[in-house]
Amino acid sequence: MAWETVIGLEIHAQLATKSKIFSGASTAYGAEPNTQACAVDLALPGVLPVLNKEAVRMAVKFGLALDAIVPSRSVFARKNYFYPDLPQGYQISQFDLPIVANGHLDITLENGDTKRIGVTRAHLEQDAGKSLHEDFHGLTGIDLNRAGTPLLEIVSEPDIRNAKEAVAYMKKIHALVQYLHICDGNMAEGSFRCDANVSVRPLGQEEFGTRTEIKNLNSFRFVERAINYEVERQIDLLESGGEVVQETRLFDSDKGETRSMRSKEEANDYRYFPCPDLLPVEITEELLNEVRETLPELPDAKRQRFISEFGLSEKDASEISANRDIAEYFEQVATGSGEAKMAANWIMGDLSAHLNKEDMAISNCPVSAQTLTVLIQRITDKTISGKIAKDIFPDLWAGEADVDALIESKGLKQITDTGAIEAMIAEVLAQNPSQVEEFRAGKEKLMGFFVGQVMKASKGKANPGQVNEILRKLLKA
Amino acid sequence: MYNKSLNELSAALHSGEVSSVELTQYFLDRIKRYDGEINSFITVTEEQALASAAKADKSIAAGQAGKLTGIPMAHKDIFCTDGVKTTCGSRMLDNFIAPYNATVVEKLEDAGMPMLGKLNMDEFAMGSSNETSFYGAVKNPWDSTRVPGGSSGGSAASVAARLTPIATGTDTGGSIRQPASLCGLTGIKPTYGRVSRWGMIAFASSLDQAGVLGRSAEDCALLLEAMVGFDEKDSTSVERDTEDYTSTLSKPLDGLKIGLPKEYFGEGLDAEVGKVVEAAIDEYKKLGAEVVEISLPNTHLAVPAYYVIAPAECSSNLSRFDGVRYGYRCEDPQDLTDMYMRSRGEGFGSEVKNRIMIGTYALSAGYYDAYYLKAQKVRHLISDDFRQAFEQVDVIMGPTSPVTAFKIGEKTDDPVAMYLSDIFTIAVNLAGLPGMSIPAGMVGGLPVGLQLIGNYFAEGRLLNIAHQYQQLADWHQQVPAGYTD
Repeated sequence: MAWETVIGLEIHAQLATKSKIFSGASTAYGAEPNTQACAVDLALPGVLPVLNKEAVRMAVKFGLALDAIVPSRSVFARKNYFYPDLPQGYQISQFDLPIVANGHLDITLENGDTKRIGVTRAHLEQDAGKSLHEDFHGLTGIDLNRAGTPLLEIVSEPDIRNAKEAVAYMKKIHALVQYLHICDGNMAEGSFRCDANVSVRPLGQEEFGTRTEIKNLNSFRFVERAINYEVERQIDLLESGGEVVQETRLFDSDKGETRSMRSKEEANDYRYFPCPDLLPVEITEELLNEVRETLPELPDAKRQRFISEFGLSEKDASEISANRDIAEYFEQVATGSGEAKMAANWIMGDLSAHLNKEDMAISNCPVSAQTLTVLIQRITDKTISGKIAKDIFPDLWAGEADVDALIESKGLKQITDTGAIEAMIAEVLAQNPSQVEEFRAGKEKLMGFFVGQVMKASKGKANPGQVNEILRKLLKA
Repeated sequence: MYNKSLNELSAALHSGEVSSVELTQYFLDRIKRYDGEINSFITVTEEQALASAAKADKSIAAGQAGKLTGIPMAHKDIFCTDGVKTTCGSRMLDNFIAPYNATVVEKLEDAGMPMLGKLNMDEFAMGSSNETSFYGAVKNPWDSTRVPGGSSGGSAASVAARLTPIATGTDTGGSIRQPASLCGLTGIKPTYGRVSRWGMIAFASSLDQAGVLGRSAEDCALLLEAMVGFDEKDSTSVERDTEDYTSTLSKPLDGLKIGLPKEYFGEGLDAEVGKVVEAAIDEYKKLGAEVVEISLPNTHLAVPAYYVIAPAECSSNLSRFDGVRYGYRCEDPQDLTDMYMRSRGEGFGSEVKNRIMIGTYALSAGYYDAYYLKAQKVRHLISDDFRQAFEQVDVIMGPTSPVTAFKIGEKTDDPVAMYLSDIFTIAVNLAGLPGMSIPAGMVGGLPVGLQLIGNYFAEGRLLNIAHQYQQLADWHQQVPAGYTD
């Protein structure tokens, strides 16, 4: 039987506010356990939550970017359950009146087609703390630094049909939240993670199959692997006459499989009700307009513009526009140097390689856009060759900012003097008489050998174009 | 000295007739002498009180004192006090010391008032008799076999016995007004949102409101002035300027329109109590007021709606008491579930557990619409009743409690009878209105309270109306026998 997969994602994006959603404690990652949890985060008796306005603005920004509805009134609700790292005994979240509703996002499929994925809602909520099961010999430690960190939970419609689409959707949301500067997108630190609801149904059937929910997937690769495993598991189960049980499952990345965490029967009744400590959130037209004005150019628009304005290929434009900081860096270099294609190649090539190697964001990049612009200009004005530029890039990375001074001090200025090049070539030809003969006998492949020798003799400084040209002339003479 | 008003005490402090240290010591001595009998204090903070008094004396000497500087007071043990145990009347918090002050505590500390200690109360403010406290029942100074009312029973009993000049309380369904009524005191619960709830341990967040229990309307006005105001730490507190309640106390009442809801004078009201209340209202006619009968048709729905909403909120509010971070934790927990079940099972008393169970049930999937949502609709109906009434009248009057103080143990086995103690007070909380109770007479040697209900933010008007009555009557001056020397 042919099967169709149905997937919906719930993405949790940690909002990049300085303080927590309902308290003044810092949200910085990696502090000593329980050093960033104040009385409110600890849920001491008598404390009260106060909503962080910045978190609201960020959620509104997201809603506007998705072309969603941002209702004039949304309500915080308590989701009640007991867990040691949930200090209040309830999570303050939003239930029937979320801050963002009915948005959508277009993803590009592998065949180049565009598909629209519905975004049912996005709501604000507080994160829980962490339970630490190691290091405590039979006990559990609680770290409440993360407790109260603002999250935006972004819920998709069940419009996704396979793991690849799921990843494409998740990547797109990932790029978007970073674009909007509302989430750092750091998946290793848990700032961006997702739960996947997966079911299968016979192709053509309208009714959904029974779904399972795979919790806490914190990398694109895990999302793909977990969904593929789960789809296969469900199909195998159904084809062998079994039934899918509605349950929550965990993905074991070491074994590459999902396993049952708790069944529907064991699920909590969360007893949602409006949180009486917080007033409904009122979103005014004024606030909407104010936030709208802070919206940056969004990735899709930017990609289109990079194609039309800078002549980038669809592929390069997609890659560069996916990250707002990289896109802005690119635009500075492309405009400054007038060489968009070269700028794109440098950024996707040497620059990305260095960034990846040091696991660094472009915002911390030691080579400024200005520096890269000058480097490219020195290639186009033939002061240095592309090869030399690549050779000196590590020096720029290491902190040298003045490209011209570097070229000067290392004596790397390209040799473009025809006489000097001719002299070098004459010497190379004189030293390699047998190769010259072979070449003249028709072994034209040796051209590369001669160029290499000349470049070596010039320590890379000879202008390669001129070397080629003069070599050809002298060899044919 | 024990029966002086706050203004008189202030004058004595400023004239040098008495120092704050002497005055504070005087009340501490009264607590030592009398509180063994009535059990109104959970914690007495002698050392701290005397230190604050010494500080107050310095400000008085330096001419930097306010009206309240140096006058001792006491807090219901529901307000968190930095460095001093805050129990909320529960074993669960028997070991809890907050690292912060409630806003109310902070404000009165800033006003220069030495805190004598923390007052007994029904566990987590759940009760109408102060019998649910882990620290034992509080006794009514008018008759020690009887209850003082609740949940602010310790506040009421301590002021009635003149162990403190004045005290704070909280009112979720009548917890200031009913004990004030049963102990012969003046008590005021302001409009919801007028006093910050920060640091006040939550019972039912949408109903809880801090207020005052004192001898007179004038005393209450003085303390309440110092307590109200917007607090950015409480999102439900109202952005509104503070008011000078004392300056409007002597406004004449000519033309005042008093509404008497017919529903407050029917079934359930003790006949003798009813007569006292009616007599007090007649006094108002002498002051130039006009009395009209009104109707609050949804009054009978208030208690049922309250006993869905308040337990629902409490079931969630009390989830934080789980034995994980602070408070009571059972011995040798075997696993997480065992720790939760025994810590909460042993740490909470039975009334608290009843309400958590009711609230959990009311919020459960499949019952939410029938209970919680319906109760919220009733709440709107009740608010609407009051809104319409205040289109006709300036103030609503009636009994505070249907009966005088009942015997200790009399209603402990009959929760419904106990819940009906608040039949006339609960609707006010559901609507978020300000309410008062003032002593209006006696039945069989026990005080009877007259309830005054005002429109939103009409605290000043209520205090004025109460004060005018207290210019004619002297019920508020009476001190129970046995506490007069």
